[in-house]
Amino acid sequence: MAAPDPTGLIACPTCDALYRERRIGADEVARCRRCGTVLAAPQSGAMTRITMLAGAALVLMVAAVSFPFLELSEMGLQQRSSVVDAILAFSDGRTAPLSLALALLIVLLPAARLLALLYTLGPMALGWQPWRHAALAFRWAEKMRPWAMAEVFIVGVAVALVKVAGLATVTLGPAFWAFCLLVLITVRKDSIMCRLTVWKTLSERHAS
Amino acid sequence: MQAHGLEDALGTPRLLTARDAGLLGCRACGRVSAAGTGACARCGARLASRDPTSLQRVWAWWLAGLIAYIPANLYPMLLTSRFGHVRENTIIGGALDLAHHGDYGVAAIVFAASVLIPVGKFLAIAYLALSLKLPTALGRHGRHRLHEVVEFIGRWSMIDVFVVAILSALVQFGFAATINPGIAAATFALSVAFTMLSAQSFDPRLIWDAEERDSR
Repeated sequence: MAAPDPTGLIACPTCDALYRERRIGADEVARCRRCGTVLAAPQSGAMTRITMLAGAALVLMVAAVSFPFLELSEMGLQQRSSVVDAILAFSDGRTAPLSLALALLIVLLPAARLLALLYTLGPMALGWQPWRHAALAFRWAEKMRPWAMAEVFIVGVAVALVKVAGLATVTLGPAFWAFCLLVLITVRKDSIMCRLTVWKTLSERHAS
Repeated sequence: MQAHGLEDALGTPRLLTARDAGLLGCRACGRVSAAGTGACARCGARLASRDPTSLQRVWAWWLAGLIAYIPANLYPMLLTSRFGHVRENTIIGGALDLAHHGDYGVAAIVFAASVLIPVGKFLAIAYLALSLKLPTALGRHGRHRLHEVVEFIGRWSMIDVFVVAILSALVQFGFAATINPGIAAATFALSVAFTMLSAQSFDPRLIWDAEERDSR
């Protein structure tokens, strides 16, 4: 059997089932009939919303890194620490490589991912042609997704607060709230993003 | 739920896979390419009908993760010193400490993140990989769901590493109270990363290929 023409077909990334592509309306959800994976779930105005959320998250990331995160006081002693201090906690001795890993997971990868999304989706939200290497940037943004662990970090902070609560008085700094907001925005942004729509828009704009 | 806006390809009564049709599906963007295409024209991802090294990589990362998980449990995660008295806490010790203080909810979170999730992940990935060759009790939908859960939940094991980092950064009161990270924090982080890579290496399409083989 000769292979059919691949144009206009899409394959489920999870189970390889083949579908003929039709226009999927805003707020519709297209699922794979075999495995149930969401293939496409476009939302109206998503590009603009994602771009704005990513921009806001990036500003919050700068705030979260530069302002004091938590402050601890016990018996007149005070200890103020920022996110950078938490990262550098491992920098002595044998655990030093862990500092680098932590910097990547908490700050660098989330920030890189936001930048990549802005680079890809920003021009599209404005109706422009995609910038050079936009496809590469978006593919990497998707690859980085499981490794950007800002939300895991915030749960870790909550656990740590319970652990020190008995030991000393803790004051939450502005960076703490910035980070919480950042996590909420990131989760919201990822939930409205439809991968297939982004890819389709990218290639359509590129062709025109 | 029905698949709105998508039709079965080529109007066949049963679902056809890209491989059955002699085509290549892209796992990153869904685009379908002709056989023999090296990289997806739309997103640039490397194309393979089925990744032949998938299972090898799954087992390699799995084993690396298991090896790193052993010292993570044996060595101290946290070194607490109060007035010159140093206490070493392992992962399980830390969770037990929290429970002793009455913080059962938080103790449960730490225990789930550092013991239940990693161990469950090792078992689940091994089960998924073995189920491709051996008969299994769990159907394809069940195994597909299991793979989704493993991929989603893996990163949450990192909680304990972050807890150690924050505690060590915060509690630096010299002689009165100091908390320092132990070597287990590093090996535990490695173990989590390795098992995440193991789960990512698993090609879920293999689960569904087995179905076709069985029903034929």
